[in-house]
Amino acid sequence: MSVNVLNAGLLTTVQDIGRTGSQKFGVLVSGAMDSYSMRIANLLVGNAEREGVLEITLFGTKLQFEEDTLIAITGGDLQTTIDGIPVANWRPVLVKKGAVLKFGFAIEGCRAYLAIAGGLDIPVVMDSKSTYMVAGIGGFKGRALQQNDQLSFGKMTESNEKVFKLIEREGTPDWAVPHHPLISLESTQTVRIIEGTEYKHFDEASKQLLVHEPYVVTPQSNRMGLRLEGQALSLTEKIEMLSEGVTFGTIQLPPNGKPIILMADRQTAGGYPKIGQVITADLGSLSQVKPNAKLYFKLITHAEAERELIAKEELINQIKIGIQHKLHY
Amino acid sequence: MTVPKSLDIKVLGDSAIIIQLGEGIHPSIHQQVKNLSYLLEEYPFDGFIESVPAYNSLAVYYSPYVVHQSKNGFQLDGTPLEKVTDYIQTLAAQISELPVTEGRLVEIPVLYGGEFGPDLHIVAETHGMTIEEVIEIHTTPEYLVYMIGFAPGFPFLGGLDERIATPRKLTPRTSIPPGSVGIAGKQTGVYPLETPGGWQIIGRTPTDLFMPDMSPPSLLQSGDKIKFCPMTQEEYDAQKKVKTCQ
Repeated sequence: MSVNVLNAGLLTTVQDIGRTGSQKFGVLVSGAMDSYSMRIANLLVGNAEREGVLEITLFGTKLQFEEDTLIAITGGDLQTTIDGIPVANWRPVLVKKGAVLKFGFAIEGCRAYLAIAGGLDIPVVMDSKSTYMVAGIGGFKGRALQQNDQLSFGKMTESNEKVFKLIEREGTPDWAVPHHPLISLESTQTVRIIEGTEYKHFDEASKQLLVHEPYVVTPQSNRMGLRLEGQALSLTEKIEMLSEGVTFGTIQLPPNGKPIILMADRQTAGGYPKIGQVITADLGSLSQVKPNAKLYFKLITHAEAERELIAKEELINQIKIGIQHKLHY
Repeated sequence: MTVPKSLDIKVLGDSAIIIQLGEGIHPSIHQQVKNLSYLLEEYPFDGFIESVPAYNSLAVYYSPYVVHQSKNGFQLDGTPLEKVTDYIQTLAAQISELPVTEGRLVEIPVLYGGEFGPDLHIVAETHGMTIEEVIEIHTTPEYLVYMIGFAPGFPFLGGLDERIATPRKLTPRTSIPPGSVGIAGKQTGVYPLETPGGWQIIGRTPTDLFMPDMSPPSLLQSGDKIKFCPMTQEEYDAQKKVKTCQ
């Protein structure tokens, strides 16, 4: 049971919820950029929520399936087709043996997630299947997919079988997971932040610029970080910083004053002042912005950030129940 | 060992905090970082994900949703942040109960100079020393591993003799081979993986610092001590897979 890579596209990697627990050894967390989409893709095919999926970036990936396979595609809309016929996202879909799944250009969002029933049959390294490209570990041979790679998937579990049989019998469902409450695929976004650990060391003008001026995502952005172009920000005076922990969504300021938002492949520690922190609930949407997208930041309180996160987790629980309900009746 | 009266807690987003245990780089502050990290690993709260030690701080990553749902071990019914900080305050009160621990001493053999240490002569010239003097000074101290970061297995060390502190290269190299031992300002360290970098490279070790198939994957851990010792080309070739100085 495997899928053949006819065209790898711009960047296609295996990602799951991330490699936690080894940051103290300098090992990056990695994981899906938009973990909300990744988790829903898995739930739709009956996988465990944290199973490895393919993260497909912007365009060009083409895959051929060697068996009848149950899949789900979530995240950005990359105009996906199966043998030339458009595929509906955010719902389980059956792919016939020999069929070609093709990702076109992203018309909404930046990254699509492909979950395959049974999960990906690749070794778990330090508790995760995520690709850690710099160290060459995890994922498929520690690297992005290449043409002619053959990726095996696991045996279907009872819960995969249940979805498979239903879709085989009834065809692609006429329902889909409403993704708007989870992620935004808009090209201009307002991202909510809370104050960073060095916020108070920034001058008043910089604090105002941060929440009133747009910042543009430059093409130098990648899975490690989004490099932003816009008004430079500055500290009231130079501060002595020692390296310390950073996380997904940390907005740090290198000496040139242009913010960098740390993303999934961030380093485990950093020594630049941190002006803000994107709230966890908005990281999925932020991960869907394309190069040249415009970002606006909105400052909220820590307690609000926690409430947003809890609300989204509860929404995922409801979606989980909803999917089970659809599959039983 | 003194207990921090009230912990200085910085909020790193909605899912992590940084506990600051002092200012600057001192072994005694780092001992507290290590003790708190140990206590958290031994007595994790519901929702705890991991902790990452740095020079004078400990980053703690957690799931606010799990904390929100859990009643286990939390005295408070507050927000996730309140519950976590309250838990850690209570735990930190026990730091003084822990004995001062000595980290392991790991010896790292280094082939200094030549093609493996292309900048050794720059360090010597900068300080008006002979190459032998630089090697002598670099191999004398026991360096304390304050943190692992930047790259997997990469140690941030304290204890470099100021007499051989040397500024970074003006133009960083695009690629430094794994095992390279370098100096940058008052820091010294070893590159576990091939990366770009601006450090003055003075030698190379055959010892692996990052072993993804091992548990733990890093040869060094925060709190360990390391000592560099010189080796010859013959020993380097012969001991490429042996992890000792002998």
